[in-house]
Amino acid sequence: MIDVTGLSVVFGQGAAAVHALRGIAFRVAEGESYGLVGESGSGKSTVLRVLSGLLMNWSGEVVIAGRPQVPRRSRAFHKLVQMVFQDPYGSLHPRHTVDRTLAEPVAIHRLGDVDRRIAVALTDVGLDLSFRFRYPHQLSGGQRQRVAIARALILEPRILLLDEPTSALDVSVQAEILNLLMRLRRERNLTFLLVSHNLAVVAHMCDRLSVMREGVIVEELTAATLRAQEPTHPYSRQLFRASTGYDRAAVDRLEAVA
Amino acid sequence: MIDNATPLLTVDDLHVRFATRQGLIHAVRGVGFTVGREKLGIVGESGSGKSMTGRAILRLVPPPGSVTARRIDFSGTDLLGASERDMRQIRGKRISMVMQDPKFSLNPVMTIGRQIAEAYRANSGAPKAQARRRALEMLAAVRIRDPERVYGAYPHELSGGMGQRAMIAMMLIRDPDLLIADEPTSALDVTVQMQVLAIIDDLVAQRGMGLIFISHDLNLVASFCDRVLIMYAGRIVETCRAADLHNAQHPYTRGLLESLPRIDRPATELAVLRRDASWSLDTAEPRP
Amino acid sequence: MSTAGATQPGLRAWLLASAPRSRWQARCGNAYLAWLKLSANPLAMAGLAIIVALLLVVIFAPLLAPGTPYGQNLLHRLEPPSAENWFGTDQLGRDIYTRVVHGAQLTLMIVVLVAILAAPTGLLIGTVAGYSGGIVDTVLMRITDVFLAFPRLVLALAFAAALGPGIENAVIAIALTSWPPYARVARAETLALRSSDFIAAARLQGASPARIVLRHIVPLCLSSVIIRVTLDMAGIILTAAGLGFLGLGAQPPLPEWGAMVAAGRDFILDNWWVATIPGIAIFIVSLGFNLLGDGLRDVLDPKQR
Repeated sequence: MIDVTGLSVVFGQGAAAVHALRGIAFRVAEGESYGLVGESGSGKSTVLRVLSGLLMNWSGEVVIAGRPQVPRRSRAFHKLVQMVFQDPYGSLHPRHTVDRTLAEPVAIHRLGDVDRRIAVALTDVGLDLSFRFRYPHQLSGGQRQRVAIARALILEPRILLLDEPTSALDVSVQAEILNLLMRLRRERNLTFLLVSHNLAVVAHMCDRLSVMREGVIVEELTAATLRAQEPTHPYSRQLFRASTGYDRAAVDRLEAVA
Repeated sequence: MIDNATPLLTVDDLHVRFATRQGLIHAVRGVGFTVGREKLGIVGESGSGKSMTGRAILRLVPPPGSVTARRIDFSGTDLLGASERDMRQIRGKRISMVMQDPKFSLNPVMTIGRQIAEAYRANSGAPKAQARRRALEMLAAVRIRDPERVYGAYPHELSGGMGQRAMIAMMLIRDPDLLIADEPTSALDVTVQMQVLAIIDDLVAQRGMGLIFISHDLNLVASFCDRVLIMYAGRIVETCRAADLHNAQHPYTRGLLESLPRIDRPATELAVLRRDASWSLDTAEPRP
Repeated sequence: MSTAGATQPGLRAWLLASAPRSRWQARCGNAYLAWLKLSANPLAMAGLAIIVALLLVVIFAPLLAPGTPYGQNLLHRLEPPSAENWFGTDQLGRDIYTRVVHGAQLTLMIVVLVAILAAPTGLLIGTVAGYSGGIVDTVLMRITDVFLAFPRLVLALAFAAALGPGIENAVIAIALTSWPPYARVARAETLALRSSDFIAAARLQGASPARIVLRHIVPLCLSSVIIRVTLDMAGIILTAAGLGFLGLGAQPPLPEWGAMVAAGRDFILDNWWVATIPGIAIFIVSLGFNLLGDGLRDVLDPKQR
């Protein structure tokens, strides 16, 4: 479904050039859930921006649903691929009601039958229809993220790009949103590409994952490998150990790798 | 180093209230605990009142907030009734606070070294040369490899982890007895988190300090601290030793523990926390 | 507050409902909350009262001042305020009270026309420049800079001189010099909003740039521009008065307040009322717009949402 080869992104020029991505390659099969894990500066969010069409300055090959992609995407592409953003407080227009936010993609793609689609979208993400005419500042973080997911799904895409979808949410709300995403994926056979710095979330949500560091994929794993035994690459092991909690002895070993 | 026999800090029936246009917001409701020369963790989600508790101890709650308590006692000094002048003597010198994001807590127009030296000289009248020497010593103590370079650098030139280490250096330079850390590692990458926590761990142990570690990350607090308090809706709902956390009693704690995704658990549906109105003893409606 | 509203019957409950049932209800509810906030500010209410009074004077001018503003009576020139002429008479014996009341129409017309011409122009240029970036931004902003560089009165003078004297031309001239600050304000807001996630989400839905600018960015810039416009209104009235003072705005015998002040300056020492009364009227209306603008700023400030 997603096939990326030799993807490179450079910001700036000359001496100040930053190589955000250096020849990334990975594949995601249809219906699969794939994770990109890394710390800040790893380039994982840049990958999503390239795939979604928000970033137009890249080199390499990106093939989505069998079609090679060019920087400027078509309207049909946007019906196929959608994205959920990290910050629920920033991803909804503050002056648009939930209804307006959900009606917009329907209007842009001229799908018609707007009322029914909105009602279905809200029910699918577990929001009561009474939320329809509220403004974002009247919603909690979890509710806003549900609206963002409804907005992404109202066009019935096949691929969902998820940029740290629960990082800005409270722990108790995170579980609900993760469950919601898992259910929606099962019901609609969606393909997920999930980006996160949280190894536990990625291990939970994804079948396979790649560990990224400074623009490069250092290791590709299956979730089962991750759970059963420790990963092989030193950086992955470091990330794994740091994610399981504080261990004073382990920190000294961490310093040695870095 | 658990020493509960001689508590450094005693808090009894702490309340923090905000009078806003929408009505009275009761952020902290009757919180009480003691801290000895140990690492105490306070865990809660947003709105639980954990940050306000930390700030209330240092009387840093901004207006229109008001702080009341039966007792806030620090090694014999009454913090509740102390004048602002007395509090200035205590802040930084006997109780220090490290906050979440060094981007916002460090002065962007002053070099790191100057800020740390100034923290040392405030109220102590030490000469500049001595302050500079102490600042460099502290930078080395927080394991910065090139203290001279960092001394002359501005905050925006440092990474998150370095900035936070500088912040810790600044807060520990006067050798306080108690350190309050409010989400000190939440803005950092996970490997950097571990390194910064190790630094805090070592310094606190070396100097026999007490530490109040405020965080939303239950696992982190459980693995780092000696004792843990869980807060919900302004109240403490559970107190236990960190090692016993996984046998916690209160349904909120259990709910939190069970709703966390874990690397070693298979990917089934996560148990969703069901809020019970009785936990906050309020008529607050449960939020989805 | 919102929970209390739900238990009260009637319109208030409908407006404050936490789960509105239509777009219209949600919008009205939002507007009502803004009104509540504004009405809590006494100075803003005072400003609003002045503007409302101005509107009433304009609408009921024939009732409030039944005489004619053009009736000369040279036997009674320069008479001080009395029971018969509440504000006295001017140098041609015309009743100043009647002239001030009828002149309110001209003042309101100038202010409204300038606002209608200048604000949308500035808003559109600013948002397009801010969102497009690159060469479009540069060109539009340099044009804005050119207009901004001229002192308002001098540029208005030049246009009025080129177009000829008269109140319509004065309005055009003032509008042409008023739009640049709105463009600047709109562009600054747009630059900040451009990198927001909700704009990215709109792009990802396939929204065209025009759609994004008109439906996503303009509504967010609108409050800043509205506030700027109300605060500028005082300046607009004064510029029109200045043009009238110099003889390039309203031509005699129109009872435009600025022209009245100009005509009265020869008599200011002995017959102070001829120039001062219209001057006070200008002052009061400017003050009203200023106070209202300040109050609106508190209410519409998007950072507080």
